[in-house]
Amino acid sequence: MRGFAAAQAHGILSPGLAFPAGGLLPPLPEAALATRVTGPGGGNCRGAAMDLEEAEEFKERCTQCEAVSWGLTDEGKYYCTSCHNVTERSKEVINSDIIPNAQIKALNRGLKRKNNSEKGWDWYVCEGFQHILYQQAEALKNLGVGPELKNDVLHNFWKRYLQKSKQAYCKNPVYTTGRKPTVLEDNLSHSDWASEPELPSDVNSPFLESGMESQSDVHTRKSLRISKALQSETSVCSGSLDGVEYSQRKEKGLVKMTVPQTLAFCYLSLLWQREAITLSDLLRFVEEDHIPYINAFQHFPEQMKLYGRDRGIFGTESWPNYDDIYKKTIEVATFLDLPRFPDITEDCYLHPNILCMKYLMEVNLPDEMHSLTCHVVKMTGMGEADFLTFDPIAKVAKTVKYDVQAVAVIVVVLKLLFLLDDNLEWSLSNLAEKHNEKNKKDKPWFNFRKWYQIMKKAFDEKKQNWEEARAKYLWKSEKPLYYSYVDKPVAYKKREMVVNLQKQFSTLVDSTPTAGKKSPSSFQFNWTEEDTERTCFHGHSLQGVLKEKGQSLLTKNSLYWLSTQKFCRCYCTHVTTYEESNYSLSYQFILNLFSFLLRIKASLLHEEVSLVEKELFKKKYSVTKKKSKSKKRRR
Amino acid sequence: MSDFSEELKGPVTDDEQVETSVLSGAGMHFPWLQTYIETVAIGGKRKKDFAQTTSACLSFIQEALLKHQWQQAAEYMHSYFQTLEDSDSYKRQAAPEIIWKLGSEILFYHPKSNVETFNTFADRMKNIGIMNYLKISLQHALYLLHHGMLEDAKRKLSEAETWRHGEKTSSREILINLIQAYKGLLQYYTWSKKKRELSKLDKDDYAYSAVAQDVFNHSWKTSVNISALIKMPGVWDPFVKSYVEMLEFYGDRDGAQEVLTNYAYDEKFPSNPNAHIYLYNFLKRQKAPRSKLISVLKILYQIVPSHKLMLEFHTLLRKSEKEEHHKLGLEVLFGVLDFAGCTKNITAWKYLAKYVKKTLMGNHLVWVQEEWKSRKNWWPSFHFSYFWAKSDWKEDTALACEKAFVAGLLLGKGCRYFRYILKQDHQILGKKIKRMKRSVKKYSIVNPRL
Repeated sequence: MRGFAAAQAHGILSPGLAFPAGGLLPPLPEAALATRVTGPGGGNCRGAAMDLEEAEEFKERCTQCEAVSWGLTDEGKYYCTSCHNVTERSKEVINSDIIPNAQIKALNRGLKRKNNSEKGWDWYVCEGFQHILYQQAEALKNLGVGPELKNDVLHNFWKRYLQKSKQAYCKNPVYTTGRKPTVLEDNLSHSDWASEPELPSDVNSPFLESGMESQSDVHTRKSLRISKALQSETSVCSGSLDGVEYSQRKEKGLVKMTVPQTLAFCYLSLLWQREAITLSDLLRFVEEDHIPYINAFQHFPEQMKLYGRDRGIFGTESWPNYDDIYKKTIEVATFLDLPRFPDITEDCYLHPNILCMKYLMEVNLPDEMHSLTCHVVKMTGMGEADFLTFDPIAKVAKTVKYDVQAVAVIVVVLKLLFLLDDNLEWSLSNLAEKHNEKNKKDKPWFNFRKWYQIMKKAFDEKKQNWEEARAKYLWKSEKPLYYSYVDKPVAYKKREMVVNLQKQFSTLVDSTPTAGKKSPSSFQFNWTEEDTERTCFHGHSLQGVLKEKGQSLLTKNSLYWLSTQKFCRCYCTHVTTYEESNYSLSYQFILNLFSFLLRIKASLLHEEVSLVEKELFKKKYSVTKKKSKSKKRRR
Repeated sequence: MSDFSEELKGPVTDDEQVETSVLSGAGMHFPWLQTYIETVAIGGKRKKDFAQTTSACLSFIQEALLKHQWQQAAEYMHSYFQTLEDSDSYKRQAAPEIIWKLGSEILFYHPKSNVETFNTFADRMKNIGIMNYLKISLQHALYLLHHGMLEDAKRKLSEAETWRHGEKTSSREILINLIQAYKGLLQYYTWSKKKRELSKLDKDDYAYSAVAQDVFNHSWKTSVNISALIKMPGVWDPFVKSYVEMLEFYGDRDGAQEVLTNYAYDEKFPSNPNAHIYLYNFLKRQKAPRSKLISVLKILYQIVPSHKLMLEFHTLLRKSEKEEHHKLGLEVLFGVLDFAGCTKNITAWKYLAKYVKKTLMGNHLVWVQEEWKSRKNWWPSFHFSYFWAKSDWKEDTALACEKAFVAGLLLGKGCRYFRYILKQDHQILGKKIKRMKRSVKKYSIVNPRL
């Protein structure tokens, strides 16, 4: 938060909070900006003004921007408030006539250490989340996402969140009530008393570099510490200063931060940046441990102690769920009052045409199907920017499940071509087989049966591995979470025991360790022409299932069945239900395959397929509302 | 699975099970019901992934154990240890026991495991919570016993015996008794070894008195250790047997009889055929009166009508003066031959043939008819089919003859079994068969002489 605080006070960030790509966020209310930021983390209360006052005696011009406007860093060094240039000069050097600098530091550190090792730092819940967001943003950067995502977009979303939830950047932050800094005039002259010298100063970093609040106002901190001491004497249990308050905070319309919510923030930023990561990819990366999520708290600095209520806030024992994060994303975007997101155009990764291509490759289907998916996308109007672009301030805030939708389009195309009634697809396969035997030199016709056999095997293997890996997943962090200081030794002892037992059993396991962490990839299946074991169908032709008629091509199959006859009109949230046994085996297989790829429930995909069909066969639904009998399509 | 693993799971499972399986003998387990109950308990709320993956992990371990894939099992076990830190306190408390059972099983079979690994594991598991200390100690001792390390096993048992922690609960009391009894059993083992030594020594041998003294000391310790356990309801066969042997050795017959009578007749104890067998054998050794022996075997007859002692029982009944005993003697024989395992028991058939004839001669046709009534629709195909006649004759002609006689008496001379045997020409048995033919004609129940 200090990053924000300092930056704001010194006017480094323009009030407009410009977003680099795509759109502009509306400026934060002027009032909020005008007031000095008083937020959580103690340091926010430390006005930059105070630093300035103390730094006034230093009158040299800045070597970089020539301004005379100095502030003090944690280490007591001067920094230029307009360009953030840090000098080598420090406060102590100037006042060296009083006590030798080195001694002060040593003294301070000594005292500080003692205090810290027992209680740890004073920190706020939102700082914890900020730290997690920071880690996640770093991880995304390592995955190849542009640095703007971290420095600008996520940063701004977070600031906006702090403001909207009245935690910072506003007149009366929730935390200062009743905790007004009581000025204790003591011999501590400036900032470095309460600060931790080991921590990197946030001055150099645009956003979250330190991951948490390191700076603090001596007075606030003092008073807070007193209140904390009082609390801990009664019954309060939490390592953070406001853990108890935080878990009790209930306000109408307030979106409270939770660990899953951090992913909603990440996804919003990815969406804003139109990055090539879908929600299902993001969640899969989380599951594969490429993005910190489970036990993200264990990377908090040593001195940020977590226990008691913090357990409930930061401890997670589940992987994120697609539907849940999707809903949270909309919730957060609405809460933040975000404007319309940058348009999803045809050249964006999230556009169904591109995603369809990606998924066709992934599941080893012929490239030729792509023109059909494009056609369906066009007919349903799903490729239009207005349909695809997320607009949280629209009447009904909704975004598109880009990945699920693209996959649903592919399912619809498969149904158009092969009907998937456990009958036609096999007779078409027989035709293709005969043709391929006769014409060995030509481009082979796509054989659904062969494809099924290969995919079934690959899918079963993948799923088995996935299930085994999940069963072996180690959930517990090296830093056990405990309820109170009384439980601490018990928790640590238990951890030690588990580690010892694990060590003992790992000697029984084969010496060759299982292949280390998979490198992250948006593809889970790879198909290449060279692999003779597993046929690659990308180059196969659809001639066997299409027929020419004049200028246009028609599907040989002229039938179609709808996944959903009647949509649910009641007040429940689902639009349709999926009772597996009611559907053909081929359809079940395809839904299972795709829903495994996206790590979603088959029913969710079924729903999406039904929605695509609803658009595609609008007339059928509105006019007859009966079984669709036949369907001829031109292309 | 070896006996050892059976032992592991046998008398000492979890607290409740000890009580149910020991007291009622019916420890039923429905895994599917368990999962069903679990989902009901959480009110349909989505289970945490932690719970899901750990339960998946558990089934993977069980599957691996079933397939004897110890390596895989160990791999999954590595992950399963985290259930010790489960945030669900109910599951956390149950975890050590599950881990102990699975882990000890894996370590028992795993090729890379050895006694040392097992010891480390057991010592670690003993100290996770106090609930399982005694159970694990006992099973640890059994493991050592299985590996022939008697002294180590004894030491483990002594350690467990002196362990005191927390409240004394009833389930723990049983465990302590068991531990002491096992210790006693080990002492018995040493004692009987010494006794054998003693029997080899000459009474005048200078070492005799020293060994004798030793034997005496041992028995005293053992009796203290075992006697507490066998007073509790349960099945304690090996303990009772060795205890009685020692009592008998020192001439305390009344004491031995009391123990055995109590073990056999106390209603709190689960029904246990061995208890009656021990008592019977003891009484037989003591030359107890026939009526007493009969009354013991009567109970055994009700529990295990196919027991080999039943033939002895029959003999006792036959020799008895009471008519009702004679009738029971017939019943017992028919009962024995109802069981598939006894169909080739030639003594039983011989007894039956003789006794049926004797009964019929003694004008007790009703008795035979009574027994035959319930068997006439299944015995012919069960015992007296043409197939059996052929194979019995081939395997054991004497048996075939006895059976044929019975068949003839019960089914008449038209019976296929009887006819088949009759047709066979056998030089030695020729006379016997002829006699048999005559008797059948005379006594068969099919054509009562009117």
